[in-house]
Amino acid sequence: MPDAANILQPAFWPLTLVLFLPAIVAAILSLPIIPRGRDEAVRWIALGTTAAVFVMSLWVCLPWLFGGQGPGQFETGRPEMQTVVKVPWIPAFGIEYLLGLDGISMPLVLLTTFLSVLAAAASWPITKHVKAYFVLFLLLETGMLGVFMGLDFFLFYVFWEVMLLPMYFLIGIWGGPRREYAAIKFFLYTLLGSVLMLIAILMLYFTSDLRALSAEQLLAAHVVSPSPALDAASRTAALEQIHGSPRPVHTFNLMALAEIGQLPNSPFAAARVWGWSLETLAFLLLLIGFVIKVPVVPVHTWLPEAHVEAPTPISMILAGVLLKLGGYGILRICYPICPGGGLALAWLVCGLGVVSMVYGAFAALAQKDFKRMVAYSSVSHMGYVMLGLGVWSAVAGTQYAWDAWAQGVNGAMFQMLAHGISSAGMFFMVGVLYDRVHHRNLEEFGGIFGRMPVYAGLAVTIFFAGLGLPGLCGFIGEVLVTLSSWKYSQTLAVISAFTVILTAAYILWAIQRVYLGAEYKGPHGDHLTPLTRRELAIAVPLVFLAILFGVAPQTIFRTVTPTVNRQVETLANWTRRVHDARPSDRAVAETAVGATAAGVASTGVSP
Amino acid sequence: MNLGTLLTSSLSDTLQVSLPLFRPELCLAATIVLLLLCRMLPVLRWVDSAWIALGGAAFAAAYAWADLRGLPGSPWSPVASGLSRQELFTGLLVFDAFTAYIRVLLAGFLLLYIPFTKITGIPGREEETDFHVLLLGAVLGMCLMASANHLLTVFMAVEMASVPSYAMAGFLKGRKASSEAALKYAVYGAGAAGIMLYGISLLAGVLGSCHLPTMAARLATVLAGGSTGGVTTALVLGGLMLAVGLSFKLSAVPFHFWCPDVFEGAAAEVGAFLSVASKAAAVALAVRLGCTLTAPPHADAAQLAALADARFYGAHLVGLLAALTCTLGNLAAYGQTNMKRMLAYSTIAHAGYLMIGVAAAIALGGVDRAASRDAVAAVAFYLGAYLFMNLAAFAIVALLRNTLRSEEIAAYSGLIQSSPGIVVAMGVVLVSLIGLPPLAGFTAKFLIFASVSQAIALGVEKPLMSVLLAVGGLNTVFSLVYYLRVLGVMIFGTPSTDRVNEPLPLVSLPGAFVTGLVAPVVVLGVFFAGLYACAQFAGGFAS
Repeated sequence: MPDAANILQPAFWPLTLVLFLPAIVAAILSLPIIPRGRDEAVRWIALGTTAAVFVMSLWVCLPWLFGGQGPGQFETGRPEMQTVVKVPWIPAFGIEYLLGLDGISMPLVLLTTFLSVLAAAASWPITKHVKAYFVLFLLLETGMLGVFMGLDFFLFYVFWEVMLLPMYFLIGIWGGPRREYAAIKFFLYTLLGSVLMLIAILMLYFTSDLRALSAEQLLAAHVVSPSPALDAASRTAALEQIHGSPRPVHTFNLMALAEIGQLPNSPFAAARVWGWSLETLAFLLLLIGFVIKVPVVPVHTWLPEAHVEAPTPISMILAGVLLKLGGYGILRICYPICPGGGLALAWLVCGLGVVSMVYGAFAALAQKDFKRMVAYSSVSHMGYVMLGLGVWSAVAGTQYAWDAWAQGVNGAMFQMLAHGISSAGMFFMVGVLYDRVHHRNLEEFGGIFGRMPVYAGLAVTIFFAGLGLPGLCGFIGEVLVTLSSWKYSQTLAVISAFTVILTAAYILWAIQRVYLGAEYKGPHGDHLTPLTRRELAIAVPLVFLAILFGVAPQTIFRTVTPTVNRQVETLANWTRRVHDARPSDRAVAETAVGATAAGVASTGVSP
Repeated sequence: MNLGTLLTSSLSDTLQVSLPLFRPELCLAATIVLLLLCRMLPVLRWVDSAWIALGGAAFAAAYAWADLRGLPGSPWSPVASGLSRQELFTGLLVFDAFTAYIRVLLAGFLLLYIPFTKITGIPGREEETDFHVLLLGAVLGMCLMASANHLLTVFMAVEMASVPSYAMAGFLKGRKASSEAALKYAVYGAGAAGIMLYGISLLAGVLGSCHLPTMAARLATVLAGGSTGGVTTALVLGGLMLAVGLSFKLSAVPFHFWCPDVFEGAAAEVGAFLSVASKAAAVALAVRLGCTLTAPPHADAAQLAALADARFYGAHLVGLLAALTCTLGNLAAYGQTNMKRMLAYSTIAHAGYLMIGVAAAIALGGVDRAASRDAVAAVAFYLGAYLFMNLAAFAIVALLRNTLRSEEIAAYSGLIQSSPGIVVAMGVVLVSLIGLPPLAGFTAKFLIFASVSQAIALGVEKPLMSVLLAVGGLNTVFSLVYYLRVLGVMIFGTPSTDRVNEPLPLVSLPGAFVTGLVAPVVVLGVFFAGLYACAQFAGGFAS
């Protein structure tokens, strides 16, 4: 139970409410309070809840909208973890209710709350078991937010799993004809990944030792709260309790695990399992868990099935938020905690990214089903995210080129957010057509421009954003990632640049087949009515953001870049240390240190 | 020492030390006598025997709870540490934190189980008294299994728990399947008991004692002295045969064949009893034997070092059985169409997870006492969580049998439309059995996996533990499909038209009972610090 001091943490109530309000409303809805048949009321309650959560998350994340910075609110431009909430949960394992936001998680939290409002609004056509639908929908929102906010590995894992069941039912009950198959396939793939993740979590936990960290590191990682509310004496006592312990002090704290993983004599590098160092093995296990969610080829096969069967709003959430969880996990967990594994397996991450990129694009080109095509475009676009994250570990020759890594990671982050907007938009646009004509066959469309001009205009804008047209949100991320990969591998850079042509091909071809043409000849032509006001209210914000992020990428970068750059820089320094420590590389490293010192001096970073 | 002083000292030991710590068992025994008297006296025949049994169970639970609380070092005790291990009846039984914990669990099970049978209506009014006598007799045997400290009591307790179970399996007298189940169970049981007894005689013959701590000490001497081939063979065979007897009680592969048939043939109520109480006692006995024989309390460093081979053997034997049990149980559950049969295989699979924890406890014992304590704590916690999960599952199956007249999975088709509340409850239970957070089943599995990971991190039996961790993880994925299939039939299916689906609302006595069982499954998934502290305390018995 949280005692008074915990509740007094300035961010406790804002973050807790944002996180749990959907779940609380879901619990209330599931009680038999609202009589049967009052579906309209349930819809409005759910929409109101998501809207309230969105407004609260705006209050936390963008305080300038509400007239200035206060305690418990996020300050844009600072790289470190902010609005930290820390409450003991299971003392026997040191598990905590530890939440926080930084430049990586804050935009993703906003994306989640924003898309949840739109998806709730897009759920109006759902007429079967409305109450159950929204109960599961709201539980799903809590799960997604928990993953982005949680900073305790156990808490993170709990929320990661909590998402699975609502998603399973949302696809399995409200989906298309093959919904049960798609739902169980989604569940099985993700559960396999999360079991591997659990194994890695446990191994890291039992190898970790907080005693190896200095007092400053413990405070920075919020193992001991650095908040001024805690008096100096109890802080010293807490530090002494850790350092004076006769047995290793294990931790689930993600920030502390990262500090331990980056120590010069990291226990994760020293521990061996089956001949592998633990950091490589854990990196691999975690990576498998995360790339299943991303998804990358060859573990992507659940995605087209799930998307095709899922109802439109769930597809929006799935593409817009759930796929980002994988990228977020790699960025937040894999690399900082297991940098050695990241360095050793950089080729794997980059390779997977490029393969997905190309394979997804070719597969999209071959699809006859409109929604399946969009699903494969997601596989292709998330490949850029993987490539951008992967080049991070790259040391180009003897150069510690951290600015190229930073470019790649910033690009990957941007791509995740841009794809969150554009893919949700594309799925919504497909859903609008499907609601009217009840088919998605690309061959039977044509002439939509003539019948629904406003809709077609908005849809084409969104599809161009997906294509990566300059001036729209898809462009920035792709170009940054492609540029950054040049230093790592020119082959991969060339391939990823050429993929843009494939992307253009399948999107332009789809636009031609669906929106252009003389007239619509497919079934249910008389149902092609203009967009309703509800649909407009969903489409316009998405199009607006797609343009805004395209012309003013700074809106995203001013939040993301400080955190990403700091993390990349820390890891660049780590890489240099590792290189210097290897005797065989010493000769190479000596020249490299000189080169980097010059480079660092020119970019103004302290070595 | 003459006979007189011997008698006096043993009398005072019995009256002043042993009996006060034996109160829960005495309550059960007294209740059994009372129930039998009811059968004889016409006046008492009008008293509902369930109330008498419940009263006796309540007394037993209260005493068991008081014993647990009163132990020095318990989470409630003002005394931080002290003598918490006491041998009763000249070493036949032992009373420590583990005994106390398991006894609370078993008595708590009775408190839930008797109302459950009352609500579902099996046994009927006529046979009720017999059923309760058998039930209490079996639980009495199980309490002894949890506290056995001597191979004789081990054997007697196992038999005491088993024989009433055979009769309970055949309780639906009119049904052929039930009689067949009882016969199969009895034959298997008799065979396993014979083998176990032979193993006990081998071990006792080689080590010259049946008192477990003494046996462990002698075992250390024998192993340290470089034993000859014959002695080693006898020891290995004896251990193996003892394991056969235990495996039968645990329904571990390859001694599990009775389990699906008995569960399918017997009433769901009996299945609940076998899968929860019987399993808890068998696991407790396995922990007790494994830990006491390979890392006895108060052993010195030389003895612990000498017992390394015994730990290696024990951990590998239990670990191998665990891996087989887990995998076969989960794979065999796929093909089942009968709900009780599926739950039988699920029970087998869960026995496997529990045995993974036992293997970790044995491997860690003597190497790292604190880690070994945590492994036992994981097993103890698992038993607590399992009590609620499986009792709820069987309660729902029994209640649905009463309304649907069927226990086939196909009969549950579209149940959500008539009884949404019960389907949600079943959903929570099944998801918890899969082991997804935030439910008790996940916490339990997490703790087991954690202790195995700790063994890997400490470098104890690394290859075996790595395999067990991988097997446990993969099995979690395997198990997903068949649990979800039941849920899928209930939710995605269409209700059959030829049968009237009587609704089973949650706002009713059976509904409230199910809710009361499901609520702890959720609560223990989120706030498990309290029960885990108890389990850790119980796990401290070996250190």
